[in-house]
Formats: sequence, structure tokens, C-alpha cells
Amino acid sequence: MAVQTAPATSAGQKLRKIKVLVNGAAHEVEVEPRTLLVHFLRENLGMTGTHIGCDTTNCGACTVLLNGRPVKSCTLFAVQADQASVATVEGLEKDGKLHPVQEGFHQEHGLQCGFCTPGMMMTAAALITANADPSELEIRQAISGNLCRCTGYVNIVKSIQYAARTQRETAGGKAQDGR
Amino acid sequence: MIPASFDYQVANDVAHAIQLLASSGGEGKVLAGGQSLIPLMKFRLAQPGFLVDINRVSGLSAIRENGELRIGALIREADLEANPIVRQRYPIIADTAAVVADPLVRNLATLGGNLAHADPANDHPATMLALRATVVVQGPNGERVIPIDEFFVDTFTTALASDEILIQIRIPKPAARSGGAYLKLERKVGDFAIAGVAAAVTLDERGWISAASIGLTNVGPTAIRAQRAEKLLFGQSADDKTLAAAGAAAAAESQPVSDLRGPADYKRDMVRVLTQRALRKAIARATGGA
Repeated sequence: MAVQTAPATSAGQKLRKIKVLVNGAAHEVEVEPRTLLVHFLRENLGMTGTHIGCDTTNCGACTVLLNGRPVKSCTLFAVQADQASVATVEGLEKDGKLHPVQEGFHQEHGLQCGFCTPGMMMTAAALITANADPSELEIRQAISGNLCRCTGYVNIVKSIQYAARTQRETAGGKAQDGR
Repeated sequence: MIPASFDYQVANDVAHAIQLLASSGGEGKVLAGGQSLIPLMKFRLAQPGFLVDINRVSGLSAIRENGELRIGALIREADLEANPIVRQRYPIIADTAAVVADPLVRNLATLGGNLAHADPANDHPATMLALRATVVVQGPNGERVIPIDEFFVDTFTTALASDEILIQIRIPKPAARSGGAYLKLERKVGDFAIAGVAAAVTLDERGWISAASIGLTNVGPTAIRAQRAEKLLFGQSADDKTLAAAGAAAAAESQPVSDLRGPADYKRDMVRVLTQRALRKAIARATGGA
């Protein structure tokens, strides 16, 4: 388990020790209460995959999964995630194999500048976990809190459809193997 | 953007939260979903010295229907929208939860916070006005039950004392042949309403309107009731002429201001249109339609 200490602040604020499970690994870190979860991830843990976009709860670039649910990590204090499980884009790939959502964004050209992509992919991953076969409307509703300033939504939707299809086929294949 | 420094405590239960608030000398603020409070703190429009986190208090997010509907104030918007009792029996509440901000915000934002923040642009206040709700608050001296008409005092100001917590929302049992609907006009998903209208109606055996209540979003210093429109509807047949008169009355009662979401005249006219549409949908639901 990594034990890291946040730098002491000039304000001399009381630090609080929190323990957060990030992509399955426990991290015990001392943070100021005002530290936002996204800053905790990027600065304390050095995990810069989660982006800061608007920083005003609009764009969803900072989306991570908190106990499985997509939330905006710029609008949550790290202390609120104490004892919780957080999933970030760094955890999508497993054992060198891309997550179906990553494969989908690759195959269907789901990113242009790529800035919204980590948040889009986390929302998409939560969607296809909850709903294995989402309709186009359900996909568009699910990503309505994630903004793509390149306006590349058509391919993002295709990417998520690809991911859902791949996930279903993999699950179907596994079921057959099991028989 | 980084908020100003604050002290932070996790409340174990409601009594503990009240004790923490009471000991803070008015500096304490309740942290629930945080989806309004944290942005305000990041802009430093709010700089509370002390946050009492109630997210770990158990039993504050249950939904129970036993005669009246009782909703725990800490319920997340996403859970409120998905709740089977709400979807089947109180679709106006599901309408409302579904248009609060965006799906990511709705995973954290709470019903209690939407009411206690008392932003006139928030969506639940109008719906709770239309449903004739009461809210239950708890403080050092026990519980108080506050009728919703007395809860919203002014913009960002409620009847809550600084050491009280909103813990439950109660909705009276709907009479037979009742229905409600909430409609919100927004520029894009996640935006506040240009205008929003909540309508709840009860029909008599002939299909005439025996009760009607209307709440308006973001066209006044708080969410407001359109009481003249309500009076016009009472005892009338639910025809287009009646609804048009109610829409015109609600528009006249609304108090919009011109801003980046449009000029006041435009907003007033949107209140007129949305009132008719919300009433029509509420009437359809009261008669067993969608």
C-alpha cells in the first residue's frame, strides 16, 4: 500500500488521512478537506488520466466512477471518497487488453482532440455495465453530462454501440465456453 | 478552482449532525450531494468555515408510501427518478428528477439539497408547491413540520434555522382521478430552466377540475404558486378554453426578469404555453393516460 503525504499548506490547515481504493489499489493519503477528488487523483496520486475541463460542473471531462456510479470528480471532495472505491480511465485496460469501450473508441474513431475522452469512456463503461444493450437514445441520454467540444458525438455514440456489442459477444462466448 | 479552507466533520447520525451544526456558531453548512454547494465554494461565492457531511447518515434516503408518501431528504436524484413507487404513482416527481442538471450530477445531487438550497431555478420546489408537500426538519428542539408554502422565504433563503436539517419530504395521498406533470424549458441539458411549470389536478366524476395547483420555476425570487390560475381552474371542465385562461393567468402572475436566458416577455409567454401543456399532461394522467 502506498503511503503518501500531501505537502503542508501555507494556511496550516489540518490534514485528514483518507483511504481510497483507486482501480483496486488502496491509497492512504493525508489531504486538506478542501482538496477536490480530481486534484487528489492528479496531484497526490499522479494519475493524470482524469482531466480537468471546465472546473464548473458542466463538462464531465473529470468523470470517474464512485462506487460504480459516474460522477464529476471536480465537484466532490476527496474526503468524501474516504473508504470508497474509485475507478478512473487508467483502470479500464486489464492485463494489456483494452476495455471494450477503449476498443470501441479506437475502432470507431470516437475521439478527435481526446480531451473529453477519459470522462466519456468512464460514463460509457458504467452505462454498458448497467445496460448491456443500450439504444442510441439511451446512449445519448447517458452522455448528456459529458461535453465534446469537437462535437464528435456521432462517432462517440458509434463507439459505445461497438463497446456494448463487443461486451455482449464476449459474454456470450464465455457462456458457450462454460457449457 | 480551489475553495477557501474549512473544517470538516462526518456526521454519524442526524442528532450528531445537529450537534455539530449547533456548536459551529452559525459557520456550519450541511454537505449533502454538494452539487450546488461545492461549485459555489469553488467560485468563493460561499465560504463556510465548517462543513458537516451527512452523506454517511443512514436511513435518510428511504421512500415509503403509507397513506402519504415519505421521501428521505438524502435520496439522490437518480434513485428518485428510478424508484418504482415514484414512477408509477407520482410521475410528476420522476418528471422533475429527470430534468435536474445532467445524469452525472443526478448521481450525487439530492432532493433535500434541491429544496434547501432554495435556488428559484431549482426544479423540485415548483413540484413540491404543486403537490402541497410538507417538509420535516430536525433541530436541537426536535422536529418541525413545515408546509411547503412557508418554506421558501426568499432567494437562497428557507425557513430552516442554521442548526436544523431537512430530513424528510411528505406528499399527501393523491385523491382518486389525480395527476401531475412537470415541464421544463431549457436551452440544453444541464442548464437551469428558462421557465418550468408543475401542475397537479384532481378531476371529479364528470371529469371536471375539482382541485388544481400550479408551481412555477425560475420566474420569481423563489419558486411561486400561480394561485389565480388555480382559482380559474376550480370547478371548470378541463377544456382548451379553461386551460388557455389558466395559462394566461399564470403568465400574468409570473415575475421573470430579463437575463441571458431571454427577455422577461418571452419567459412570461413560455409560462403561458408550458402551463397549458403541463395541465394537459396532468389531466391525461388523472384519467389514466400517459
